[in-house]
Amino acid sequence: MAPLLIFLLVVFVLPIGTFLARAVQESDVPPVLPRTIAALSGWDGAAAPGEPAFAALVEDLREARRRDQEAGGGSIGRASARLNNDWPGFRSLLPATARRIASPFQGEARAAVLAAAPEWGEVAPWAAISRAGGPLSDFHLLAVLDLKRDAAGHIAAAPPDQSIFRAVLWRTMWISLCATVLALAIGYPLAWLIATAPSRFAPWLLAGVLLPFWTSLIVRTAAWMVLLQREGVVNATLQSLRLADGPLPLLFNRGAVLLAMVHILLPFMVLPIYANLKGMDWRLPRAAMSLGASPLRTFWRISLPLSLPGIGAGSLLVFIQALGFYVTPALLGGANDQMLSYFVGFYATRTVNWSMAAALSCLLLAAVAIVVALYARLVGFEKTRPA
Amino acid sequence: MTASRISLWVFGILALAFLLAPVLVILPLSFSAGSFLYYPLPGLSLRWYQDFLTSDFWLPALWNSLRLGAATAILAGGLGTLAAFGLWSARFPGRQAVMAVLMAPMVVPAIVVAVPLLLAFGPLGLTNSFWGLLLAHTVLGAPFVVVTVLAALAQFDAVQLRAAAACGASPTRAFLRVCLPQIAPGVAAGAVFAFATSLDEVVVVLFLAGPAQRTLPRQMFSGMSDSISLTVMAAAMVMVVLSCLLLLAVTLLRRGQKA
Repeated sequence: MAPLLIFLLVVFVLPIGTFLARAVQESDVPPVLPRTIAALSGWDGAAAPGEPAFAALVEDLREARRRDQEAGGGSIGRASARLNNDWPGFRSLLPATARRIASPFQGEARAAVLAAAPEWGEVAPWAAISRAGGPLSDFHLLAVLDLKRDAAGHIAAAPPDQSIFRAVLWRTMWISLCATVLALAIGYPLAWLIATAPSRFAPWLLAGVLLPFWTSLIVRTAAWMVLLQREGVVNATLQSLRLADGPLPLLFNRGAVLLAMVHILLPFMVLPIYANLKGMDWRLPRAAMSLGASPLRTFWRISLPLSLPGIGAGSLLVFIQALGFYVTPALLGGANDQMLSYFVGFYATRTVNWSMAAALSCLLLAAVAIVVALYARLVGFEKTRPA
Repeated sequence: MTASRISLWVFGILALAFLLAPVLVILPLSFSAGSFLYYPLPGLSLRWYQDFLTSDFWLPALWNSLRLGAATAILAGGLGTLAAFGLWSARFPGRQAVMAVLMAPMVVPAIVVAVPLLLAFGPLGLTNSFWGLLLAHTVLGAPFVVVTVLAALAQFDAVQLRAAAACGASPTRAFLRVCLPQIAPGVAAGAVFAFATSLDEVVVVLFLAGPAQRTLPRQMFSGMSDSISLTVMAAAMVMVVLSCLLLLAVTLLRRGQKA
């Protein structure tokens, strides 16, 4: 057991752990503005800070600029990208200020910096630097919940133009919930049929579930794409039957994603419920019937409660997988209707903002963990059997 | 047969049709002589399979998938079997925690595996490499081996190991000569699961693989991102045939296990 455990610790737990830690680490700004951060340590955030902070900023920026030019690094660029996430405007403010105050000047640093860029007279940029001062901060974790600390350190709602993540989280939860409920509504009767079918038919019915279960996810996503696209099978059929005048927009919307998700996840619902029903003591519902209970009442009071572990296991499998869906929404979904996984990938590759990717991953993992914990509490893992 | 029973059958057949029809409907398109993605077909031909076999990237992608799947099956099969044997033979404190770590890759979303590995493998030179993909797929496939082998071990009588030890066999020898032959179908089934996991996997490959390591699903993903061609349908056909072979292998192994 030890080799696999060590292997997983090195290739799975360690990389994910270090990655998630990036959600609370501040590594971009402290190397560039160490003196400024120190000068801001006792700042109350009520008004722009005094001369010492400006002098520290000048010194920091001159040194960082010299270092960047000598070593060819982009530390000012990285710091301004991080600060720009907090206060839009920093992407140009920091490099421009560094350029303008590079040559020596007479008199107060404050006057020189304000002459270079009047924005430094406001509270916001200083508050952003102080928040990014590290070594740890909750900036990214708050950001994915659409929250932000103000200059005085109180948590408040982020401005509406930066507030998108709560909507993404609810959308992810909602799509997953819809997929789970639909899969249960279709899967339960199907599992019931397979479990109660005559032994002549049952293996064939089961094969009808296992075959799609083993068919690759990408193949099934491709199938829906070909069926639903503008010049696809469904549209061509509808038009040849004169049921539609022009091609219907069936692809790149939530309906297409949900349809494909239910299709892909349905076997994960059917198989645990089938295993559970197969192992159920069928004398119990029969006893209820012989004692005079109606079929509906028997189902409601006896069979359904007995199959709850199967329903729980199936729903858990479907919901957890739905939460992490990436490929299917990316290929079939609308550009403005993507789920959490998409944004993790987006921040990791498009904007190379590892901290935001890590914070969103924390959110996704937390959602999964809550569902698993809820399941362990309500149903318990001893009762599940592998399908 | 009562009315409720009939409606259950009708519903069940419709549900199975929903499960099976989409893939069954699109596969014949790959034999089309034309180039559009709807029926009726203008004629039958194998031109898209010819395209699949002669293009510069489809056949190498299939080869990459098979190589990666086989290597994953061997590595995950070995590690997973040892882990399952260890979990089964010894009771120790923290067993639950170890089990949780071993099973975690099954519930962690693929993107939360792919992005951290991209970050961790970058400095090690394991991105854009076969070995990086092998390590990642072994992580994802190993839990299935552990579960399958644990199920096989539940049928194995531990007294035999003590008998082997009494006859002077070392623990390693006892495992290899007494235990392993009996759980072999379970180990093989686990390895097939690991192979299937690797064959199906897109997200990790999407983030970690370079052009030289593209697998068949990854190549299909690219083919679907821009205008989808019928060669993708030919590739889908190849994937379905592979999946059927794997399902057949597992079914036969399960039957062997029960006998």
